[in-house]
Amino acid sequence: MATISLRAVEKFYGKTQVTHGVSLEIPSGEFVVILGPSGCGKSTLLRMIAGLESISKGEIAIAGKVVNDLEPRARGCAMVFQNYALYPHMTVAENIGYALKVAGISKAERATRIAKVAETIGLADYLNRKPAQLSGGQRQRVAMGRAMIREPEVFLFDEPLSNLDAKLRVQMRIEIRKLHNRLGATSVFVTHDQIEAMTLADRLVVMNAGRAEQVGSPAEIYRKPSSLFVAGFIGSPPMNLIPCEAKGSDTVTIEGHDIITGPHHQGQGTKLVLGIRPEDVTIGTGDFTLSVEFCEELGAARLYHGKLAQETFILQVAGAQGPVPEHIAFSLPQAAIHLFDARSGLRLGD
Amino acid sequence: MIEKTPLLNALTHAILLCGLAVAFVPMWLVFVAATLTLTEINTPPISIIPGSHLWENLAEAWHRADLGAKLINSLIMSVAVAGGKIILSSVTAFGIVFFRFPGRMLAFWLIFITLMLPLEVRIVPTYAVAANALSPYQAILDTIGFTTLWASLTGATIALDWNLLNSYTGLVLPLVATATGTFLYRQFFLTIPDELFEASRMDGAGPVRFFREILIPLSNTNMIALFTIMFLYAWNQYLWPLLITTDRVHFGTAVTALRALIPAMGDSTGGDVPNWNVAMAGCLIVITPPLIVVAALQRFFIRGLIATDK
Repeated sequence: MATISLRAVEKFYGKTQVTHGVSLEIPSGEFVVILGPSGCGKSTLLRMIAGLESISKGEIAIAGKVVNDLEPRARGCAMVFQNYALYPHMTVAENIGYALKVAGISKAERATRIAKVAETIGLADYLNRKPAQLSGGQRQRVAMGRAMIREPEVFLFDEPLSNLDAKLRVQMRIEIRKLHNRLGATSVFVTHDQIEAMTLADRLVVMNAGRAEQVGSPAEIYRKPSSLFVAGFIGSPPMNLIPCEAKGSDTVTIEGHDIITGPHHQGQGTKLVLGIRPEDVTIGTGDFTLSVEFCEELGAARLYHGKLAQETFILQVAGAQGPVPEHIAFSLPQAAIHLFDARSGLRLGD
Repeated sequence: MIEKTPLLNALTHAILLCGLAVAFVPMWLVFVAATLTLTEINTPPISIIPGSHLWENLAEAWHRADLGAKLINSLIMSVAVAGGKIILSSVTAFGIVFFRFPGRMLAFWLIFITLMLPLEVRIVPTYAVAANALSPYQAILDTIGFTTLWASLTGATIALDWNLLNSYTGLVLPLVATATGTFLYRQFFLTIPDELFEASRMDGAGPVRFFREILIPLSNTNMIALFTIMFLYAWNQYLWPLLITTDRVHFGTAVTALRALIPAMGDSTGGDVPNWNVAMAGCLIVITPPLIVVAALQRFFIRGLIATDK
């Protein structure tokens, strides 16, 4: 088992800076998910840990040893790639056992270990097939088996589920988590899918434009997003974000209505952004009325779309039935309100 | 065209038959000519029905042009050219595609330029080099004054000499050193996803191992396609073997040997009537090995040139 330390890691491609001083301590055995939109530098970060990209500035240490100048094979990491990257001309057994072959391990021992791994990933009957004869999910499992067989101290996953269909993705997600619980290797998992991130992570790192915006448990990040970006990125449907103005030290106004938000200590008239999750809005009474423009039926709930202060506003109503109403009265409960500074995007108050 | 109508079908078949005739009729005439006697072949009109003297003519051609030894020479040369080409081009393409080094694009363009300089264009300098493969180095040493310096210091003159005339090396090397194969391999290597290379790095394989155990097995069909093309190319060479082998008895190739079967009018051999029947029989013998190679390898060959499955 190994800890991973990133210390002010930066990456430049020519003059373009892709990551800006990312620092992160990953304790041994933790499952960390790096989440962010495409192009935020999350894959680059993972590839720097793996040793597939050089580190422009800063340090990466695995198990206390700085690995900046080590070849991937010397770092003790195994990686699962997005497109599986199986060797097309080798059978499943050869694919899984290739790392051992390279390491010069005897054929007999290789066979035992391959059999054991194949058992774990449920592919014992497929060892003589070529990757082209497997389904997407099976290929994904071979890729995992190939990573597992070396009994690595660190597992790296580069969006491994994004090529699977929705149902299989859910299934593989559970399998990956089970596998982690059993093997206990430190794991870093990169994805742009927030559900994947929320369900898998012990700890979540939300990245934006090469910076780690927020690090914390999934629940923490969901309940207390530290910035406008995280607030808008995490959650589906996304958090409603409505521009407002400070009035007094614990109240804001939206279109003339005063809303008590709790202490924010901002001067009168400061531009703020009020955030509230669609499921946290109180329906039926209140100062505000939503003109329903459009309704999304999800089965268990409905999403009513409308506008508030010229911004899209979504109400999530669980168990709603019958005809879609034209107008819905609602209020914003104080406990569910998130406040952000409009200029810096940072969270205010608690 | 995906549309299927009787008229179009008939038309496409007609075009195919025309193509077949263009390719096949000359071959048929060669075959027929090889089965006739000298008198029959010189009697107009040209017969299109085979005669009964095929074996005599074949034996005569075999004997007169010493085809046994020549075929072996041709075989050695063609296999060596095709094999050398595969090794050279796979390694150069590997270097160009998978490594980042200073001067990489320069190397690429230098190789590219050789495409525009086929052997026939550079045949005189190539011959000069083949006559003494070390002459370029001698020239360098002469130019920088090293030879004179060395002579004045030690009294010995430097005269580098490595003669490639009348040798298999001389026959093969200039035909190997061209860029066609490098390009075929380069295009193939470019289609290999980067992740495969990265996966092998994560598995601990170095570049050589990646090349040997992953790239080479994956490019099997390409290799066979290239082998077929280069085998035919080398087999059909005429000018270069003619030039570099003055010792035709030992190093002549089958294609150049055909010349012995058609004494030109007014040649020093003196006004013989050309024995076209024997010459055509010789042709039949000489085109057989490449035909066998193509027939044996064609299904791989086609797959290699259109390869999309990896």
